[in-house]
Amino acid sequence: MSEATSSKIPVTVLTGYLGAGKTTLLNRILSENHGKKYAVIVNEFGEIGIDNDLIIGADEEVFEMNNGCICCTVRGDLVRIMDGLMKRKGKFDAIIVETTGLADPAPVAQTFFVDEDVQKNARLDAVVTVADAKWLSDRLKDAPEAKNQIAFADVIVLNKTDLVNKGELAEVEARIRAINPYAKLHRTERCSVALADVLDRGAFDLDRILEVEPDFLEVDDHDHDHDHHHHHGHDHHHDHGHGLKHYHDEDMQSLSLKSDKPLDPNVFMPWLQNLVQVEGGKILRSKGILAFHDDDDRYVFQGVHMMLEGDHQRKWKEGEKRESRLVFIGRELPEEAIRKGFESCIVS
Amino acid sequence: MKEFTPAPDSASIVSVTDRVKPVALGMAVTSLHFLGPRAAFVGGEENVALVDAKGEITNVAVHSGGILSTASDGKRLIMGGDDGKVVSLDAKGEVTLLATDPKRRWIDAVALHADGAFAWSAGKIATVKSGKSEEKSLEVPSTVGGLAFAPKGLRLAIAHYNGVTLWFPNMEGSAEFLPWAGSHHAVTFSPDNKFLVTAMHEPALHGWRLADNRHMRMTGYPGRVRSMSWSAGGKGLATSGADTVIIWPFGSKDGPMGKEPAMLAPLQARVAAVACHPKNDILAAGYSDGTVLMVRLEDGAEILVRRNGTPPVAAIGWNAKGTLLAFADENGDGGLLEL
Repeated sequence: MSEATSSKIPVTVLTGYLGAGKTTLLNRILSENHGKKYAVIVNEFGEIGIDNDLIIGADEEVFEMNNGCICCTVRGDLVRIMDGLMKRKGKFDAIIVETTGLADPAPVAQTFFVDEDVQKNARLDAVVTVADAKWLSDRLKDAPEAKNQIAFADVIVLNKTDLVNKGELAEVEARIRAINPYAKLHRTERCSVALADVLDRGAFDLDRILEVEPDFLEVDDHDHDHDHHHHHGHDHHHDHGHGLKHYHDEDMQSLSLKSDKPLDPNVFMPWLQNLVQVEGGKILRSKGILAFHDDDDRYVFQGVHMMLEGDHQRKWKEGEKRESRLVFIGRELPEEAIRKGFESCIVS
Repeated sequence: MKEFTPAPDSASIVSVTDRVKPVALGMAVTSLHFLGPRAAFVGGEENVALVDAKGEITNVAVHSGGILSTASDGKRLIMGGDDGKVVSLDAKGEVTLLATDPKRRWIDAVALHADGAFAWSAGKIATVKSGKSEEKSLEVPSTVGGLAFAPKGLRLAIAHYNGVTLWFPNMEGSAEFLPWAGSHHAVTFSPDNKFLVTAMHEPALHGWRLADNRHMRMTGYPGRVRSMSWSAGGKGLATSGADTVIIWPFGSKDGPMGKEPAMLAPLQARVAAVACHPKNDILAAGYSDGTVLMVRLEDGAEILVRRNGTPPVAAIGWNAKGTLLAFADENGDGGLLEL
C-alpha cells in the first residue's frame, strides 16, 4: 500500500474562515524555494494575486451521490478538475485546494474517497486550517463553518498571533483544543510556518497513523520546562495545574476511547460500521489503532463521516503495549452510547 | 453474468496480433478519431498525432496545455483545452482557432453537428456557433458535464448536475429540463433520435425516451462508464465500465426498459474503451490489462488484436469505412489494423 500511496499525487486542502490568511499561506508555499511545482485550485479566480503557473479557478459545486448515503456529498468540480489535471501528469508534484471561507471541508475530503478515478491518481494529504488568533473565538460562537473547519483539521495554523496578548492566545488555543485536541497546532505571524509542517503530512495515510494522542503545545510561558506532551484523554479535568483553561464546546467535541484489553473483531467491526452509518452525520473524523484478540497485527482505521477505511498495518512490536485507541471528533456525539458500545467489543 | 471464458492467450481464439502495425506515439493518448484516411491520436496535452495507414506519424500542435474534450465528424476534429481555446483540426492537418474563452476558463466539453455547427462549454455556460449566425449561449444551473447534438435539427443536449437540458439554440426560451438526481457527464442521442443517454458520475447510465421523457436506469457497473458507442444502425449501445462489454438494447420502442443487456467478451480486466464498427455488427474493445478484442455482436465470437499484459488501453476507433482499426494505450503505444 505504501508504494501505491507514494506514486499518487498528494493533495493538501487549505481551509479557514474569511480573512484568516489562507491566501498568505498559499503564497508562502508557492514562493518558497522548494523546487516543487504545485497545481493550485482556488475559488476566487483572478481576484487575488497568486503567482503560479498552474492555477485553476473552481466553482465549489457540491452534489449528493445517488447511492442513498446522505453523507456522500462530493465536490463535482474537483472530480472534473482532477480528471483534467491528470492529463498533465508530470507537470506538477502536488495539488493544493483552497476552499472558500465558508466551505465545509467534508465534501472535499470525501471526493478523495468516493471517486474511483480521483482515488487512483491522488491522495488526500491533510486538511490544513488557517485560523485568526484575534477573531476565531468570536467566529466559533457565531459561524458553524469556522467550527467545522477547526474540527476537521489535521493541522491548524493559528495566525496573527501578534495581534493578541498572551491571555487571549491561551484563550483561543483552549477553545480550539476543546473542539480538536488532535490537530498539530502552529502559532504564526503572517503564516510563517515551516512548509514541512503543512505539506506532506500523510494525515490520511493509514501507514502513518502512528499515534492518536492529543497534541499539546506548551500552553503557558512560565511552564516551559515541563513536558506537556502528556497523555490527556478526554477526562474533563477542568484544572490542569498549568493555567490551561479547559473549555467544553457545547456543540462540537472529541471523544477518545481506549482499552488495554483486546477487542473482538467480530463484534467491533459491525459496531463501528453501524456507528458511522447511524451517527455518521455527526461524526466528522474518526481514527483508531486497534489490538484485536488473537491477532499479532495492529489494525488501523480512519474515517470521514460515514466513510471508513482500515487495514492491518504491521506486527505489534515486542514489548509494545497492545492498547486500542479510538478518537471521534464530531457534534453532539452520543458519548455514553459510544462508550458502552465500545466496551461491549472488549474480550473479557 | 456469463461464465468466465478462456483467456485470449489460449489456443482456441483467433488471433490477428501479427497483422497489427505498431505505432510508437511517445505521448499519453486520451482519445482517437479518424480524419479521412488518417487516425488522429489525441494526446493528453498539446499535440495530436496524425497517423496514416502505413504508420507514418505527423505531430500537430493544437493546444498550449491539456486537451480536455474532443468531438469529430470524420472530416474534422474539434477540441477544447485548459488554455481556454476551442480549435479544430482537419484531415490535411490544418489547425483553426474557433473560439477563446474571455476568462481563459477550461473548455470542458465540445460537440460537433453533422452540418458543421459546433458547441463548447466553460463552467456553466454552453455556447453554439452555427454557420454564419452569431454565437448563442445558455447558462445551466451547474457546470456542464457533456454536450451532444441531436441527429436531427439543431438541438443541443447539455448534461449537468441533476439532469440534462435540451436546447434549440435558434429558438428563444426553448430549453427543456430533464431531471434526474446525480451528476451527469457524457451524453449521447441514439442515432434514431428517440433516446437520450448519459453516463453518470456513479457507475450507471441514465436514459430518457424523448417521446414521453420516461426514465431508463441502466445500472450494475462496477466502475464508471467512460466510453459509449452506438452499434451500426443504432440498435445497441456498447459501453465500458465492467469486465464484459455491456450492450444495452435500443432496437424496440421501449429501448432497454425491462430488458437485460448483452454481456460480451468477458475478461478478468475492466473494459476501458469500446468502438462499434460503422457498418457491421462488430465492435472493438480495449481493456485495462491491455487486451484488444474484436467481438461479433451476434454470437460474441472474439478475435484477438492485442495481448494482455500491456498498458491499459486508452482509446480505440474505426475509420468511416470500417477498414481500419486504431487503438492506443496509456503509455503512448498504439496500433493500426487493416482489415
